[in-house]
Amino acid sequence: MVCNADEGEPGTFKDRVVFTEVPDLLFEGMTVAGYAVGASEGIVYLRAEYEYLLPGLLEVLDRRRRLGLLGRNICGKEGFDFDVRIQMGAGSYVCGEESSLLESAEGRRGAPRTRPPFPVTRGYRNQPTALNNAETLCCAARILAKGADWFAAQGTRDSTGTKLLSVSGDCARPGTYEVEFGLSVNKLLALVGADEAAAVQVGGPSGTCVAPKDFGRKICYEDLSTGGSVMVFGPGRDMLEVVRDFTEFFAEESCGWCAPCRVGTEVLLRMLDEIRDGRGTQDHLYRMMQLGDTVKACSRCGLGQTAVNPFLTTLRNMRDIYTERLSAHEYVPRLDLKKAVAFSEELAGHRSEVKEE
Amino acid sequence: MAAKPRVATCSLTGCFGCHMSLLDIDERIIDLIGLVDFDKSPIDDIKSFTGPVDVGIIEGGVSNDENVEVLRSFREHCGVLVAVGECALTGGVPSMRNLVPLKECLEEAYLKGPTLVGGAIPNDPEIPLLLDRVYPCHEVVRIDYMLPGCPPSADVLWTALAALLKGEEPKLGYELIKYD
Amino acid sequence: MKKFTFVLNGRDVEALEGQSILEAADGAGVYIPRLCYHKDLLPGGHCRVCSVKVNGKVANACTMPAADWMVVDTDTEELNEYRRLIIELLFVEGNHFCPICEKSGDCELQALAYKFGMTAPLWPTLSKNPPVDASHPDVFIDRNRCVLCGRCVRASRERDGKSVFGLEGRGIRTRIALDSLDGLGMTALGRNDAAATICPTGSLVLKRVGFTTPYGARAYDKAPIGSEIEKKEE
Ligand code: SF4
Ligand code: SF4
Ligand code: SF4
Ligand code: FES
Repeated sequence: MVCNADEGEPGTFKDRVVFTEVPDLLFEGMTVAGYAVGASEGIVYLRAEYEYLLPGLLEVLDRRRRLGLLGRNICGKEGFDFDVRIQMGAGSYVCGEESSLLESAEGRRGAPRTRPPFPVTRGYRNQPTALNNAETLCCAARILAKGADWFAAQGTRDSTGTKLLSVSGDCARPGTYEVEFGLSVNKLLALVGADEAAAVQVGGPSGTCVAPKDFGRKICYEDLSTGGSVMVFGPGRDMLEVVRDFTEFFAEESCGWCAPCRVGTEVLLRMLDEIRDGRGTQDHLYRMMQLGDTVKACSRCGLGQTAVNPFLTTLRNMRDIYTERLSAHEYVPRLDLKKAVAFSEELAGHRSEVKEE
Repeated sequence: MAAKPRVATCSLTGCFGCHMSLLDIDERIIDLIGLVDFDKSPIDDIKSFTGPVDVGIIEGGVSNDENVEVLRSFREHCGVLVAVGECALTGGVPSMRNLVPLKECLEEAYLKGPTLVGGAIPNDPEIPLLLDRVYPCHEVVRIDYMLPGCPPSADVLWTALAALLKGEEPKLGYELIKYD
Repeated sequence: MKKFTFVLNGRDVEALEGQSILEAADGAGVYIPRLCYHKDLLPGGHCRVCSVKVNGKVANACTMPAADWMVVDTDTEELNEYRRLIIELLFVEGNHFCPICEKSGDCELQALAYKFGMTAPLWPTLSKNPPVDASHPDVFIDRNRCVLCGRCVRASRERDGKSVFGLEGRGIRTRIALDSLDGLGMTALGRNDAAATICPTGSLVLKRVGFTTPYGARAYDKAPIGSEIEKKEE
């Protein structure tokens, strides 16, 4: 039984709230999950940056052991053995991907495994492994306490229950919110004090970027699905710059195993830079879309499959941020003559007679 | 009779191999001369454009400022511009220098070479200025068609030219696409 | 081993339990383009050139086991577009001077580019420019031509019982690392090792054997890569 607490999606900090506010709920969830699947060993894979939370969590585990809520014969139930250890992450985004997490937890390089087999068949040390995130496990504990009907009564038909959202960016009241699934972006913005929002990134960089015309859309699996990150961008933000930064983040975090993600994210970044610098053309957009589709379809793991989302979703939802930056010319040379001859001019002591175009 | 289509050719930073390959079309060269008139080209030694040209053929990559100028004037004068050969398409063999910073390249060639005594990096104003790296033609001007090969075989050139002169897109079958 | 059938490009074909889609297709005389896969090694799933459609969804043919419920398409315009693009990316990731490359004509990367009709890569070049390591008496590695297919890594482990090669770094800085910091010459690599000859490109090459086959007689001069598999069909 593994808890994925490698909360690394930019703009996500809800697990941190769980660890500091309701750690017992999480461990309770793990314990009942362990009971349900017949596991006796639980591992929390904790994000490296959360190391400062470790002493507090270890204390909670100790207390639970003393109370008979962990260890052998839990709650006096014969044969109900379960304990939890905390494995510190090594600080890589891709380790939030379940199979990389297991690789890393076993002490190897954090890179995704070939799937199938999936962790439920062969996971941690080749054992069948149930792997869930902290929030899911907390829900499990609450469902057991309050009943499935209570849970299912909230949310929408296909997304029952509530969702923790980490809201950040240009809003008056950033923070972690627990909301019912199905909440519209508009309502959320009102809640957090962001009437002016010009764009909202739902689901972190790998999610969807929505423009005001789509603020009526709902946060739930059937519409705008999210792992919990919501970033609000005010009217003063340069969204192309935001997309560029997200793309750089993914290029940086790509594990390098597979070609489309390793090379594709980097090339996309260069192309975005060309657009930013006014050197882009319609042809750029066309080719970048092909590139995006390829990286999305063919990459080996979730990182690559979603790394192009910032570009693809903004291209769909706010095309202007690109088209307004395109060059007026149909073709723009990649050669920057002035820069390209600068060194030779200095060496020769005279200027090139060939003019800039 | 309508005027024959005009063709211009040039070699930028290349080895003239692509031009040699053009001559390799053997007796078809007679057909070719019947079909087209050559404008600016090393083949007839016309040094500057006499007017607009239908098809421009570029051999070689772009390694110095003079190459840039020539390539731009080809773009200006030619209706259709065809880049021919690996050097024009990717920078080719000359672009192997891209792996080494220009400064180190020049120093190795003119200052530090094992057989050099008292060398100096040439800086005569007549010598074109080298660019920071060798560029493929398509990064300097818009290129309409690309014919790979080092050099492209006579068949490639003939097939492509014949198509272009008929106003068709050159299509190369498997055996005609080669990078060496 | 248990036999079963699945649908491959519209016809029923037989497969053995445990076979990947790619292996099953090979058996049926259907060539699925591939680069990092090698029949003597475990699949690596690096290049994604073998992407196919399984019941409408893109899947990786060399690592995905075939199953009886599958309807697989291998040769659609969409897939070939993905493949062409991935190949083009690999060209700009490295520095491929085919005219002077020992592997030209026998290179699987080049052959795939021919197959998909690439005239020249058009993406901006990433210019990584790593130095060549020729410290080994019989083999050199020129990472400018490396596509990180991992074949050398797997061959050294699985076939040679060594661990001369490994992947190091991440993202675009990923590179083939050696188990000696002092160069290929100081590793346990032997000229007869599987790893020494398994490279699909001109990255890891035996010395003194380049340019021995005349033009026209090399592996991919006449027939596209994969023809040897497709031939079986007739
Ligand atoms: S998609 Fe990216 S992160 Fe995932 S395996 Fe491929 S290179 Fe690694
Ligand atoms: S490795 Fe292949 S693609 Fe690269 S230069 Fe050599 S022949 Fe060309
Ligand atoms: S050196 Fe060759 S075999 Fe090894 S990863 Fe690179 S391309 Fe593949
Ligand atoms: S051949 Fe399947 S991923 Fe490379």
